[in-house]
Amino acid sequence: MSDHKPGFFKRWFCSTNHKDIGTLYILFSIFAGIIGGAFSMYMRMELQDPGVQFMTNEDGSPNGQMWNVFITAHGLIMVFFVVMPGLIGGFGNWFVPLMIGAPDMAFPRLNNISFWLIIPAFLLLICSALVDIGAGTGWTIYPPLSAKLGHPGMSVDMAIFALHLAGASSILGAANFITTILNMRVPGMTLHKMPLFVWSMLVTSFLLVLAVPVLGGAITMLLTDRNFGTTFFNPEGGGDPILFQHLFWFFGHPEVYIMILPAFGIVSHIISTFSRKPIFGYLAMAYAMVAIGFVGFVVWAHHMYTTGISVNTLTYFTVATLIIAVPTGVKIFSWLATMWGGSIIYKTPMLWAIGFIFLFTVGGVTGVVLANAGMDVVLHDTYYVVAHFHYVLSLGAVFILFAGWYYWIGKMSGRMYPEFLGKVHFWMTFIGVNLTFFPQHFLGLAGMPRRYIDYPAPLLPEGLDWWGRTQFMLNEAWMQLSSWATGAVYESTITWGYHGWNFVSSMGAYLAGGSVILFIIIVFWTLFFGRKASDNYWNVDDKIMTLEWTISSPPPFHQFEIQPKVK
Amino acid sequence: MANAQDGYGGSWQLNLQTPASPLQAEIYDFHTMLLWITGVIVVFVTALLMYAVVKFRRKKGVEPANFAHNTVIEIIWTIVPIIVLIIIAIPSLKLLYLEDRIPEPELTIKTTGYQWYWGYEYMDYDGLEFMAYPIPEDEIDESKGQKRLLSTDNPVVVPVDTNIQILVAAADVLHAFALPAAGVKKDAVPGQLNETWMRIDRPGVYYGQCSEICGPGHSYMPIEVHAVSKAEFDAWTRKQGAKLKPKAIEITEDK
Repeated sequence: MSDHKPGFFKRWFCSTNHKDIGTLYILFSIFAGIIGGAFSMYMRMELQDPGVQFMTNEDGSPNGQMWNVFITAHGLIMVFFVVMPGLIGGFGNWFVPLMIGAPDMAFPRLNNISFWLIIPAFLLLICSALVDIGAGTGWTIYPPLSAKLGHPGMSVDMAIFALHLAGASSILGAANFITTILNMRVPGMTLHKMPLFVWSMLVTSFLLVLAVPVLGGAITMLLTDRNFGTTFFNPEGGGDPILFQHLFWFFGHPEVYIMILPAFGIVSHIISTFSRKPIFGYLAMAYAMVAIGFVGFVVWAHHMYTTGISVNTLTYFTVATLIIAVPTGVKIFSWLATMWGGSIIYKTPMLWAIGFIFLFTVGGVTGVVLANAGMDVVLHDTYYVVAHFHYVLSLGAVFILFAGWYYWIGKMSGRMYPEFLGKVHFWMTFIGVNLTFFPQHFLGLAGMPRRYIDYPAPLLPEGLDWWGRTQFMLNEAWMQLSSWATGAVYESTITWGYHGWNFVSSMGAYLAGGSVILFIIIVFWTLFFGRKASDNYWNVDDKIMTLEWTISSPPPFHQFEIQPKVK
Repeated sequence: MANAQDGYGGSWQLNLQTPASPLQAEIYDFHTMLLWITGVIVVFVTALLMYAVVKFRRKKGVEPANFAHNTVIEIIWTIVPIIVLIIIAIPSLKLLYLEDRIPEPELTIKTTGYQWYWGYEYMDYDGLEFMAYPIPEDEIDESKGQKRLLSTDNPVVVPVDTNIQILVAAADVLHAFALPAAGVKKDAVPGQLNETWMRIDRPGVYYGQCSEICGPGHSYMPIEVHAVSKAEFDAWTRKQGAKLKPKAIEITEDK
């Protein structure tokens, strides 16, 4: 049977094939990830030392607006254009139909438009950073800073339109997934036999269709406040800035589960495959995701503990937020139990998955700390929060983006990645991100606020260039470390402020940044020199096999022409 | 621990700022408890993970187990976290209500966030209000103990051992008033008057920084509080030419 692949333009620009669209999403996610990552590298360079060395105006004064534009763009890109397109659009499109034995998604043309809305959304977002003064509001776009008062130009309007398009794309994609999963499973595959990745995509899709329209409403109200004289969020007309925060976080909190649930699904498959054991507590795992999705909708105000909402409301949100730890704990322990008694082989995807379990545990317990409204008073809007959400997202969701890539690239491209380089990539990233984000806990505890271009600390001796400052601080860090280790007294010249851990954090970021370059090399190596992948290149056991391993690598353009059966 | 500072962060500091108020002392203790609980959880999970990684690695001739359920263990790992959460929630909620219930205020200070400085108004005094701008970097005098990005031209002077009500307002965009050593952080919201409180228990200089993004100058609107004895505070108010308002204000019908 020949494949009947259309010509290049029709195949990639008018694609209705779920695998091609998935590939487009993954390529887009990698591209956007490099841009979003470059933003963070530049920010870490700026924060490496006190004083403003890089983000300056022409007269050398600090350009605080530029800083704010950077944090905004970094956040929005990573959430909407890296993690979501990668996990949901990329792996979701590729593997939901394959795992449920469907020939394609339910609505192939809708799938096409979902992808092609992401491109103009991304262009609008990038333009919003470049036109006028740029959108320097933080990814939370709180008014009045995001209203005409704080951003009179057109940049925030463009950012709003970017979110509108990205939101429409997500909603259409989610509707497509729900329809596909509920209607197109092969005979015999009941909901309770569905692979956990498909479960995670089903829950994620429901979260998307319920949460994203609320964001759409909120930013549309912001848009009319900005341009048509309404005052939804403007107290001068009887509006309320806090209302925006409620609406934003009613979307925003489910959004963080939208990013992590698909990762949960992928981790389960990887752990099971490489331990050669069925997933422990399959049903509990599936319903833990449902529970996390449900509770995720009723905890939004834990992002707003210091806004002055009433103490009884704070009590409720504290308790509700703590409860999330229970289903999350079930998942962590079930992954451990899946490994228990297994026959584990440590290929690159498994390393990423094990790394994920550790990092998600760390990010999870700091989440428990932050859940307490009484505790949050000193940690709110400090680097502790930055450390927490990077542990669960940057080190959680992104680790699984990589894990999924290594796990499935053989299936998707028909070629295997270089195992040794993959492991080097893992260890570089693992060490890099921990060095970057663990010290940020200390900065937050000591009180360093987030979204700061500069922090209090004595300036280094004048006249040092970047390399000079780096050597100075490497020496300082080494002396400090040896004084802790040996108990020797060391009189530091850096007596106060937040310099020390910021420096360590930046060093870690450079290492993690370097690992991205290695990843790009691995991608090209795989596609051009990778050895051919067999159908079931991980030797997944029959009893835990999902349907994607029963077909060729890469799969035929149209798979399952004879419908498979599930016992 | 290295560089444990009073009123601001230290270079290699690992923990919260040293408490300068009974409230922050409670927060500090609660955090220490959380640190133990979360530390034990992380060590426990990591130990299990490492044990599994080493013990169950693939060996020739060893077949993997095939179990996928164990009701008892699943109940245990659902119930035990619930118990741990209850252990956390009780002191957590006590702390929350302690922060919320403002003891009878002896002094009220209203602070207003502007882009990018803070305004202060001593509500119990006539003529005691001022703006506090950050001291520009090239004018910082370290011999006077001034600190770049933290010191202001008009420090807020407050008496120690006094219940101080703090009203927080905003004039333009969102800001947040923060004083970590005293366990205080409250958003400044246009159109809304928030309140919080502090009671500083020893003299000293305490710093805070705006804690809600407010535009290009977000990093440059510090809060500097000088806590002094009550006598010194009275002397300071007199020097400022402030008069204590009468305790009760007569309501006169004005026709």
